[in-house]
Amino acid sequence: MKRFIGFIKKEFYHIFRDKRSLFILFGMPIAQILLFGFAITNEINNVQITILDHSKDATTEEIINKISASKYFTTNQMIAREADIETAFKKGKIKAALNFEKDFSRNLIREQKATIQIITDATDPNTANSITNYINAILQNYLQDKNKGIQIDYQIVPQTRMVYNPELKSVFMFVPGVMTIILMLVSAMMTSISITREKELGTMEILLVSPLKPFQVIIGKVVPYIFLSVINAAVIVLLSIFIFKMPVQGSLFLLGAESVLFIITSLALGILISTIAETQQAAMMISLMGLMLPVILLSGFIFPISSMPAPLQIISSIIPAKWFIIIIKGIMLKGVGMAFIWKETLILIGMTVLFIGLSVKKYKIRLE
Amino acid sequence: MGIRLSNISKSYKKVKAVQNISFNVQPGELFGLIGPDGAGKTTIFRILTTLLFPDEGSASVAGFDVVRDYKAIRKSVGYMPGRFSLYQDLTVEENLTFFATIFGTTIEENYDLIEDIYVQIEPFKDRRAGKLSGGMKQKLALSCALIHKPKVLFLDEPTTGVDPVSRKEFWEMLKRLQKKEITILVSTPYMDEAALCDRIALIQDGEILEIDAPEAIVKKFPKTIYNVGANNMYKLIQTLQNYEHLYSVFPFGEFVHYTDKRDSIETADLKLYLENEGLTDISIGVTQPNIEDVFMELAK
Amino acid sequence: MKKENVIVAEALTKAFGDFKAVNAISFEVKKGEIFGFLGANGAGKTTAMKMLIGISKPSSGNAKVAGFDVYNQTESIKKNIGYMSQKFTLYDDLTVKENITFFGGIYGLSRAKIREKRAQLVSELGLEGISNKLVGSLPLGWKQKLSFSVSLLHEPKIVFLDEPTGGVDPITRRQFWEMIYKAADQGTTIFVTTHYMDEAEYCERVSIVVEGRIEALDTPKKLKEQFKVDSMNDVFLKLARNIE
Repeated sequence: MKRFIGFIKKEFYHIFRDKRSLFILFGMPIAQILLFGFAITNEINNVQITILDHSKDATTEEIINKISASKYFTTNQMIAREADIETAFKKGKIKAALNFEKDFSRNLIREQKATIQIITDATDPNTANSITNYINAILQNYLQDKNKGIQIDYQIVPQTRMVYNPELKSVFMFVPGVMTIILMLVSAMMTSISITREKELGTMEILLVSPLKPFQVIIGKVVPYIFLSVINAAVIVLLSIFIFKMPVQGSLFLLGAESVLFIITSLALGILISTIAETQQAAMMISLMGLMLPVILLSGFIFPISSMPAPLQIISSIIPAKWFIIIIKGIMLKGVGMAFIWKETLILIGMTVLFIGLSVKKYKIRLE
Repeated sequence: MGIRLSNISKSYKKVKAVQNISFNVQPGELFGLIGPDGAGKTTIFRILTTLLFPDEGSASVAGFDVVRDYKAIRKSVGYMPGRFSLYQDLTVEENLTFFATIFGTTIEENYDLIEDIYVQIEPFKDRRAGKLSGGMKQKLALSCALIHKPKVLFLDEPTTGVDPVSRKEFWEMLKRLQKKEITILVSTPYMDEAALCDRIALIQDGEILEIDAPEAIVKKFPKTIYNVGANNMYKLIQTLQNYEHLYSVFPFGEFVHYTDKRDSIETADLKLYLENEGLTDISIGVTQPNIEDVFMELAK
Repeated sequence: MKKENVIVAEALTKAFGDFKAVNAISFEVKKGEIFGFLGANGAGKTTAMKMLIGISKPSSGNAKVAGFDVYNQTESIKKNIGYMSQKFTLYDDLTVKENITFFGGIYGLSRAKIREKRAQLVSELGLEGISNKLVGSLPLGWKQKLSFSVSLLHEPKIVFLDEPTGGVDPITRRQFWEMIYKAADQGTTIFVTTHYMDEAEYCERVSIVVEGRIEALDTPKKLKEQFKVDSMNDVFLKLARNIE
């Protein structure tokens, strides 16, 4: 036991003396969560639109005011000719333009039908789509207000309600993903690098020619990173709660326990990588290409798994991150308990056992 | 209880690293493996320290078989690999403490064994190992290899890349360790270090050329060696290579070592030949063979 | 016959902050000379050599290499020197021929010249059978001989050799020195930096660098006489002891 503690002590020396890695270790989670939270977002906010109003009557003014009043749009430009719309788009000043037809009010009252053209800049299709939806919503809203008291038979008014993330805040979607990536990266990449570093420096030779048992070396490498990863997970959750006001609906204890489980899965994966890779560089490449990319692309973090082609859906199932994202989304956003995520938990446990088994089998007690 | 190798062979893929190597090291002996890079020295060390399986043959260290009893060997040997293999980001003292701990001992327990080595680096005990000079690194590595009081010490090229002063001190330390009944197997590419060992094995391309005490090996050299000097080294070598009685000519520093096919020669004849070929400042004298001469003769 | 100086250094100094890695060294090297630059690791050899080959600017002092100034004519210096180190020179994953072609190319040799040199080199080194083999598969000794030849491809005035024969077997090492003698005989200046004292025995003149200063500079023979010892190793030991 004394040997083991001596070994762990040495690992902590390595970690705390490598200031650069330490900075990345703790700086990266904060940077990533802030980046995803603030910069990368699907939300519509203060989008510049321009308006071409051929009627200039009471109704159009009312609608324009309603649009301007919403926090989603700013209407700072009024133009007179159709040709100016294109110019404004080309200058990149606006994302959308509204074109009211002539005699808008009169048409609406006389023929119960008036036309408004919504032109959006579809170079960014997601935003264009959102803009159209938002403007439509405002128009619908306006019409409902107007028609109050007027009886129209058999009218279906669809009412959508977004549950679990009612404000459609994208940061809520990103937090579980970012947390998964960071835990995976810190755990798998850092352990695999730290084991291969011993191989590269030649110190592994001395460790092998010593009474230390292989599992002592491995566990000794892993323990410090469990500790660091737990701190990281806590930092991410705290940041999301306090900066992004993200509610954690479920049990914090369950969230912690599941995170530790995922950390151990990732560490086991890291050890497995280190049994294959001979150099730190190789370990890093395998971790980045083999873990990061699949986690980002296939875990459902960014692209929904249900819309992937079948083969990719199957591949995504062997990625531990997918299951962890389901688990933490469940706990954080839906507030579910063990009853709903036991299956995913079991899958993660199974993967961990498999990785550890493979690593122990592949771990070399000699140099060949 | 020393080291015993019999008919050890080992290949990596198709390359034969060592072939049919056999030798014994007596308990308490300082035994040197002398040979250039790629001769197979490190492979022998790795087989003896249980890091590699031999393809053929058997070997034992301190009475334990290198394959079967690898755990026992790992407890009772000290090993200093060819590269500096300590933690550069740990201080001198932390390195030593770490190696003491993993061998289940403490610095205090075996301090007497490392004392005269460690006192030289103790003033720098709070310095990171990566910031030490070559000679100090080597002393620290030796201290770490000795801290658990091993019965057998394996030192793979400990003096490579180390300055002459540190090299000299290092060999003096080995001599003192030997008196403490530690068996030492050391390898080196420096032929001049051979003379400092009790016995040596000359090794090249995975095969042993000769095993004996250094003085005995030198005595076996069959020829008389002439130290020849002249004004132009390149011309001197060219000219001697065209000499009809030439057996061998090798540059040795400012002179060349020349041996003749004939058993005895008149140096005056040789001098005349060289003069006729246009060389000046000619000096010819008999010199004693050294390990390098023997090595080249055997490797030919 | 008085030969011209191809390297002249006057009080050449390189300081990193307060620490003088190279401290006012002065020396001259003549055309066709084999000049040894000796010292322990960290004595300042590499720093000095980097200034001479034009990849590091001196803090003070002057030096001319092949007639060019180390401050502002570094490009001309690079065209006139060759460089070979024990650690790296050739690409292991290219064949012998490809390496020669590549290095000929970067030194601006014409295609015809490369072809001619390549044929000459392959036959001189006896590499006919293996010129299409990967350099990585050759024994260490061959690699070193080949990389020395490659460093001579563009017929430089000076070749800088960094610990050229460390760890090589004794016979190959002597073949290597015969190649050096030959190049020197043809007028190429050889500048050898090494910490192997026995490598120094082969140089015509050696300078011994201790802590950034040249502490001794003479022929090996005279140095040995001066210190009353019979090897350069002992010269170094005595010198180090005197300095302490």
